[in-house]
Amino acid sequence: MTTHPPDAAPAPAYDDDIVRHFFLATVLWGVVGMLVGVIIALQLAWWPANLGVPHLTFGRLRPLHTNAVIFAFAGNAVFTGIYYSMQRLMKARSHDLLSRIHFWGWQGIIVSAALTLPFGLTQSREYAELIWPIDLAITVVWVVFALNFFDMIRRRQVKHLYVAVWFYMSFVLTVAVLHIVNALAMPATLTRSFPIYSGMTDALVQWWYGHNAVAFFLTTPFLGLMYYFMPKAAERPVYSYRLSIIHFWALVFLYIWAGPHHLLYSGLPDWVQTVGSAFSIMLIAPSWGGMLNGLLTLRGAWDRLRSDPILKFLVVGISFYGMSTFEGPMMSIRAVNGLAHFTNWVVGHVHSGALGWNGMISFGMLYWLAPRLWTKVHNEGWVSLHFWMATVGIILYTVPMWAGGVTEGLMWRAFNEEGLLQYPNFVDIVARLAPFYWMRFVGGLLYLSGAVLMAFNFILTIRDAAGGSAPAPVAAK
Amino acid sequence: MSDTSGSGDWHRRTLEHRGALFAVLSVAAIAVGSVVELVPMFTVDFEPEELEGISPYTPLEVAGRDIYVREGCYLCHSQWVRPFRSETVRYGEWSRGEEYAYDRPFQLGSRRIGPDLHRVGGKYNNAWHYEHMMDPRSTTPGSIMPTYPWLAEWKVDPADATASVTTLASLGHPYEASVLSDVPAAMRAQADEVVADLAASDITVEHDDEIVALIAYLQRLGRDGRAKIAAAEAAAGGEGSP
Ligand code: HEC
Ligand code: HEM
Ligand code: HEM
Repeated sequence: MTTHPPDAAPAPAYDDDIVRHFFLATVLWGVVGMLVGVIIALQLAWWPANLGVPHLTFGRLRPLHTNAVIFAFAGNAVFTGIYYSMQRLMKARSHDLLSRIHFWGWQGIIVSAALTLPFGLTQSREYAELIWPIDLAITVVWVVFALNFFDMIRRRQVKHLYVAVWFYMSFVLTVAVLHIVNALAMPATLTRSFPIYSGMTDALVQWWYGHNAVAFFLTTPFLGLMYYFMPKAAERPVYSYRLSIIHFWALVFLYIWAGPHHLLYSGLPDWVQTVGSAFSIMLIAPSWGGMLNGLLTLRGAWDRLRSDPILKFLVVGISFYGMSTFEGPMMSIRAVNGLAHFTNWVVGHVHSGALGWNGMISFGMLYWLAPRLWTKVHNEGWVSLHFWMATVGIILYTVPMWAGGVTEGLMWRAFNEEGLLQYPNFVDIVARLAPFYWMRFVGGLLYLSGAVLMAFNFILTIRDAAGGSAPAPVAAK
Repeated sequence: MSDTSGSGDWHRRTLEHRGALFAVLSVAAIAVGSVVELVPMFTVDFEPEELEGISPYTPLEVAGRDIYVREGCYLCHSQWVRPFRSETVRYGEWSRGEEYAYDRPFQLGSRRIGPDLHRVGGKYNNAWHYEHMMDPRSTTPGSIMPTYPWLAEWKVDPADATASVTTLASLGHPYEASVLSDVPAAMRAQADEVVADLAASDITVEHDDEIVALIAYLQRLGRDGRAKIAAAEAAAGGEGSP
């Protein structure tokens, strides 16, 4: 009833070079994206941090942050894991040329994002800000990736598709559908276009996309990584095969409906809001199914958590997944959303998922891969230190955001005894948030510092490997 | 692990050995919700009477809106008043769906780092907006909004604005032929009014300064909807209204 990632026989010369490429890109863009996050966090605490430069103002840098962390950091992390695991799961080498087009094409898209967003070239649709020529490039690169991916499946030397592959597959296909439908627009100039949808329809399409960017970019592929790397790191098969079947199909079926929870109490027809809210609440079941399947993989080996920092990263990551997928359904209840919406509470929710789940799973995976791609990690102590910096960083980030979010939500709606708004001046409420913004800045800085320490550790690891004096790479088992 | 172990075996035999079938089914699973939620929104159009009184943005306002998008104002400001008393007292009438009929791309926003702007049109005079955009702390001590002095220096490019307006027209926004044939002239006429109004407050700007277009856009926000809601309430109620 249990299952585990099948392993390849002595490697038919897998392409680990492409894995190293994506690995290094993950580390680089992770640091860059988080640095931008720390800068915009500082700007909310102390606005002059934009230095009076148009390109560095909050409204222009924030999309750079979200694009860099989602598509560059998390995206490259997913590609790292997919190229490593797919080749082994399929016992088929990825296509060398397609892999390179995918890699360089994707990095080119990221660079073009960094060269357009600070100049205010944007479509203003959250997580789909990039201008239409870049959207076209994304489509082409994605098709290349999909060809490479499905060709590995076609040429596979194993009969059945391991559970991680289902999640990857759903990621590859759904992201393509979402991107194409959401990006349909009429160009006005080379850098500006107008969507073919307008008003509330545009809002619904974009949040159908936006929510499912979370679902199919930040969740399903990461569950795939969990299903591959958690059993590897724990040296145990996945807890339940049956649970993985149920939670996979329930998750992909339910998730796509949830977009309207971003538009509760809006001009959207009531039935759409109700359906979106209901499916979001139901989502807790498959989400927790996945979490339990991941955590219980460690059954009987919990003691290893104390000594193995990689397992710590993975287990804390999966736990944050559980937390944010508990919080999300709660926030989809209309009355709760009435309070949380527009506030820093949403930002707290986002980052418990982003820093806790996507970040920690990525770090754990990178530390597991480094010895297999190069050599023993240079400094094991730093890995534990990174774990604690990241964990404390997440807490210092999310707790103030939750507290600040509830504070502002309550202040917006407070009436005094005469029935007048208790805080009629919006800016008085803004001032109340300053301490929370400062705390979040400190938490973010700590989390970033951990990532920088990791980058430094990897640089030294690669130097060790090149020096040749270090032990040889751990054989890919 | 053998192929016949335990429950869930049907899944392994029927699906996990067939990559193509698996792929098709996983797309089918996401297609259901997408079609049910999205397709009705594509097919149902606004009734003409719903749109009565809601007009597209003027060329100058379109240019201002492009600046609003460029500067990412929507990342700090929503344009979406929810139907709660706390919001209608603070901002004004709650936002109706049809009011956004000519909003491409939509600007509802997801954060309120600053206040909602859907009913900001007419709340302040032009001079206030000018001072506020140049230095938010001059009108509102304690604000964390950035300063935007370059908006008084940078110019609206008439060719660029024309491209925006004609593209919106091609997507069905109703503009008079006279406007479309000379977009810069239409912009100029409206801009001159803003320039004259600012001059009365001793503020000197050129008609093609970006700040003029942005102010025109801000002053326009929510006004059609508000007028329409007021008219509908007057027609329906009778007793309550004067
Ligand atoms: C970092 C977040 C931030 C950005 C970006 C931002 N604002 Fe603001 N804005 C605020 C805050 C906070 C306030 C409330 C204090 C004040 O009036 O300055 C505000 C207030 C306003 C007000 C007054 C609203 C009222 O009802 O009193 C207007 C108008 C406004 N902003 C327009 C804009 C425009 C236009 C842009 C883009 C060019 C913009 N803002 C960008 C944060 C921001
Ligand atoms: C050092 C770490 C980070 C810091 C300091 C940081 C900071 C910020 C700040 C200040 C914002 C703007 C919030 C607002 O609108 O009020 C933001 C938004 C966002 N960040 Fe981060 N961030 C970090 C890491 C990440 C990572 C790793 C991810 C994703 C994998 C991420 C995803 C997002 C998303 C999706 C938003 C938009 C949230 C929304 O629309 O509500 N961030 N971040
Ligand atoms: C069952 C799972 C989940 C549900 C039902 C859910 C629900 C929600 C809700 C209700 C909001 C607030 C919308 C609003 O009022 O503006 C939200 C925002 C958000 N969530 Fe989740 N969430 C879930 C899991 C996650 C996870 C795991 C992540 C990250 C990895 C995540 C990332 C986000 C982001 C980025 C936003 C902000 C969007 C924006 O406003 O820009 N969510 N989610």
